[in-house]
Amino acid sequence: MTEALLWLRGSPLTGILLTLLCYQLALKICRRYHGHPLANTVLLASCMLISVLLLLDMNFEQYFRGASYLQFLLGPVTVALAIPLYNNLARLRSHGLPVLLTIFFGSLAGVALAVLCAQLAGFDRALLLSLAPRSATTPIAIGVAEQIGGIPALAAAFVIVTGIIGAVAVKPLFDLLRIRNEMVLGVATGIAAHGIGTARVFQISESAGAFAGLAMGFTGLFTALLAPLVVGWLL
Amino acid sequence: MIETFLYLLGFQFLGEVLARLAGLPVPGAVIGMVLLFVWLCIRKGVPTPMREHVPNLMTHMSLLFIPAGVGVMAYWPQLSQYSWKMVVVLLVATLGTLLASAGFMCCYLYLRPGKVKHHD
Repeated sequence: MTEALLWLRGSPLTGILLTLLCYQLALKICRRYHGHPLANTVLLASCMLISVLLLLDMNFEQYFRGASYLQFLLGPVTVALAIPLYNNLARLRSHGLPVLLTIFFGSLAGVALAVLCAQLAGFDRALLLSLAPRSATTPIAIGVAEQIGGIPALAAAFVIVTGIIGAVAVKPLFDLLRIRNEMVLGVATGIAAHGIGTARVFQISESAGAFAGLAMGFTGLFTALLAPLVVGWLL
Repeated sequence: MIETFLYLLGFQFLGEVLARLAGLPVPGAVIGMVLLFVWLCIRKGVPTPMREHVPNLMTHMSLLFIPAGVGVMAYWPQLSQYSWKMVVVLLVATLGTLLASAGFMCCYLYLRPGKVKHHD
C-alpha cells in the first residue's frame, strides 16, 4: 500500500491523469450550470486538483512532473491561434486600426490600474512592481517583473489569478453591459486576461477567441515595452 | 494530426529561434503565431490537416492552463501573507482593464463623428 502510494506520488502519469479527470468533471459541471459565473473550467478543475493533491499529500513539484507535459502544449496551441485569426481576416482588415489602438490603450490601462490600485492599498515597492505586468502572459510578466525590480515568482502567481478573474468575470460583465460585439469581447478579454481569458472566450465563439488571441499577443509586446515607462512615470 | 503538429511545432521552433536571435521580449510561441499567420496570408488558405484538427484543439485550450491554475498552490505561502487587500486590488485592476478596453473600443466603433452605419 505504501509502495503504491509512493509510486503514485512520483509518477508523471498521476499528474496527467488527475488533470484530465478534473477537467472532464469541470466540463460536465460547466455544461450543467451553464451561465453561472463560477462555472469556469480552469477555476473549478484547479480547485478540485488542489484538494486532491492535498488529500494525497502530494506537492506541486510532484504534480508538475506529469502536468508539465500538458503545459508544454500551450506553445503549439498558441501558434495555432493564427488559424482562427486567419479565418477572421476580413474583419481584421476592416477594423485593424481600432483593434490595435484598443490593445495599446488597454495594455497601458492594465499596467497603470495595477500600479495605482497597489499604491492606494499601500503595498510596498517590490509588490507593486510585481503587480505591474500582470495582464501579460506568464513568460513576459516574469521577464518584465525581473527587469523593473519586482519578484518574478509572485508576478507569475498574479498573472494566473488575474487570468482566472478575467475569465470568470467577462461573460457576466458583458451580459450586464449588453455588449454583444464578438470583436470587442475578444479584444478586451485578450488584453485583460491573456491566455486563460482567450481559452474562455473560445468556448463562447471562435471569432471572439481569434481576436482574444491577437490581443493577448500584442498586449504581451506592449506590456513589455510600456511597463517600465509607466512605472517610471507613476512612481 | 502528425502534419498539424509538424506545422505548429515547426512554427513555434522558428519563433523561438527568431526571438532569441533578435532579442525580442515576446515568447517564441507568440512570434510563431505571427509567422504562421503571415504564411497563411501569403499562401491564401489553411492546409486541410490544420483546418480539420485545430478547431478541436482550441476548444480544449482551457485544459492546458489548469497546471498553471494549480501553480497558485505553490505560491500560496507568498500569496497568503497579503490580506484581502490583494484580492481587491487584483479584482479592481482586472475588471477595470476589461471595462477600459471594451469602453475604448465601443467608443471608437460607435461614436466616431461622421459614422452613421453601425458595425456588426
